Amino acid sequence: MKKLEIIVRPGMLELLRDELSRHNIHGLNYTEIHGYGRQKGHTEVYRGSALQVDFVPKIKLEIVLHDEQIEEVINTVVATTRTGQVGDGKIFVFDVVDCVRIRTGERGVDAL
Amino acid sequence: MHAADTGFMLLCATYVMLMTPALALFYGGLSRAKNVLATSMYSYTSLGVSTLLWAIIGYTLAFGQDCGGLIGNLSYLFLDGIEHGAAPMAENLPHTVFVAFQCMFCVLTVALISGSYVGRIRFSAMLLFSCLWVVCCYCPMAHWVWGGGWLAKLGAIDFAGGAVVHMASAAAALACAHALGPRKTRSAIQPSNLPATLLGGGLLWFGWFGFNAGSALASGSLAGHALLTTHLATAAGIVGWMVIEWRCIGKPTSLGVISGALAGLVAITPGAGYVSLASSLCIGFVGGMLCYGGVLLKQRLGYDDALDVVGIHGVGGTWGAIATGLFAVASVNQINGFFHGNALLLLWQGISVVATWGFVYGVSRLLLALVNHFIPLRVSVDAEYIGLDIAEHNERAYNLSRTVS
Repeated sequence: MKKLEIIVRPGMLELLRDELSRHNIHGLNYTEIHGYGRQKGHTEVYRGSALQVDFVPKIKLEIVLHDEQIEEVINTVVATTRTGQVGDGKIFVFDVVDCVRIRTGERGVDAL
Repeated sequence: MHAADTGFMLLCATYVMLMTPALALFYGGLSRAKNVLATSMYSYTSLGVSTLLWAIIGYTLAFGQDCGGLIGNLSYLFLDGIEHGAAPMAENLPHTVFVAFQCMFCVLTVALISGSYVGRIRFSAMLLFSCLWVVCCYCPMAHWVWGGGWLAKLGAIDFAGGAVVHMASAAAALACAHALGPRKTRSAIQPSNLPATLLGGGLLWFGWFGFNAGSALASGSLAGHALLTTHLATAAGIVGWMVIEWRCIGKPTSLGVISGALAGLVAITPGAGYVSLASSLCIGFVGGMLCYGGVLLKQRLGYDDALDVVGIHGVGGTWGAIATGLFAVASVNQINGFFHGNALLLLWQGISVVATWGFVYGVSRLLLALVNHFIPLRVSVDAEYIGLDIAEHNERAYNLSRTVS
């Protein structure tokens, strides 16, 4: 079992959800986050005064998967969200030790 | 008394009332998400507190019988004796209608000041200051200009409140910014809801028709003239601000458009019923440009006027008073300005500018020092970081998420 943490541009959320469900991913969570990497921030201007916004809004999706689905999902995410510009985001892959479905008590892969 | 005039002025009074809730939207939208309700409270509590004070003592100080050109007497204390008969200042109107119309001006002026102190003033201190300010600043100013006081006798003119409303609120705002000091948090404008600001600004524009046209105190050609100059100057103010903003920062902004509209409205206020239609275009356009410079002043001069009361109402109001001295023409309303051969009017206008800024700034600083003696003006640093909505009112404006911006 692995967990993907996928950080993408906010506008990509609906598109990505549709693409992933086409690849049999039927559950995910997302969080609205703010951060910076190479993209840094942007400048907003109110009444002639610049306001430097250091943290750019991003969407973080978290998906836990069977090991064998990982490559397919990574490829889908990259193909769907890549613009080639700085700020496209990142995917982090983690090992998951266990999983529990609270309703039934199932454990491990069965609980996904 | 005149039925058509009365009907017109009843409507104008309600238009001007709407300007204060509109200001709550305008200022609220410009505030951070953690201060929206506190900011809105300043306008709504002015509707409560300033109205009460107006009824108890404000009206009589402003419009009671003149005492030495400085203040009105106490003959209308608690609005005694105004239920019947015509208003002495406008004999075509019932006294009640005149009192109500003028009450809305007082309420709005107090609310306008709030733009400078948002984000750090203690609510109780704000209330006490506002009460004292109505009695010690607004009422004398209204008396001097409209109640037969010394500025009116001198010959200075102010059609709808360039001095009484805009310069006075801006001078008080500057005093508040100086007395309070800057916010501990980053002081750049970080609007929580610009669409609210745009709607508030649009409603201010609407209310301003009652404010300026109503200041003719009668339905008729002068009111019509004032309404049209108001609309023209506002339109020109939008364009003036947009032009200079586009040049300076490369992009026009929605906040710039509504700020330009406000600048045009402020600039035309003192001259709405004195200048020609063509002049109003010039006054609004230059007003929009000057106020763009005005809002940048605070960085140069180092005061924290959070929502630019000085930059817009101070600069626009001062320009409007001077412009009235320049552009006034007798074919509109019986008095000529500098460009029509009467340099003296420009001098009177200059005196009214200096007197208004000096008197209101000085008295406001005294009042703020007095209030600070009993109630600290500022909230704690902790409260400033948490935001005044929670710290001062135990409420939150937006519960869509638990985030506190």
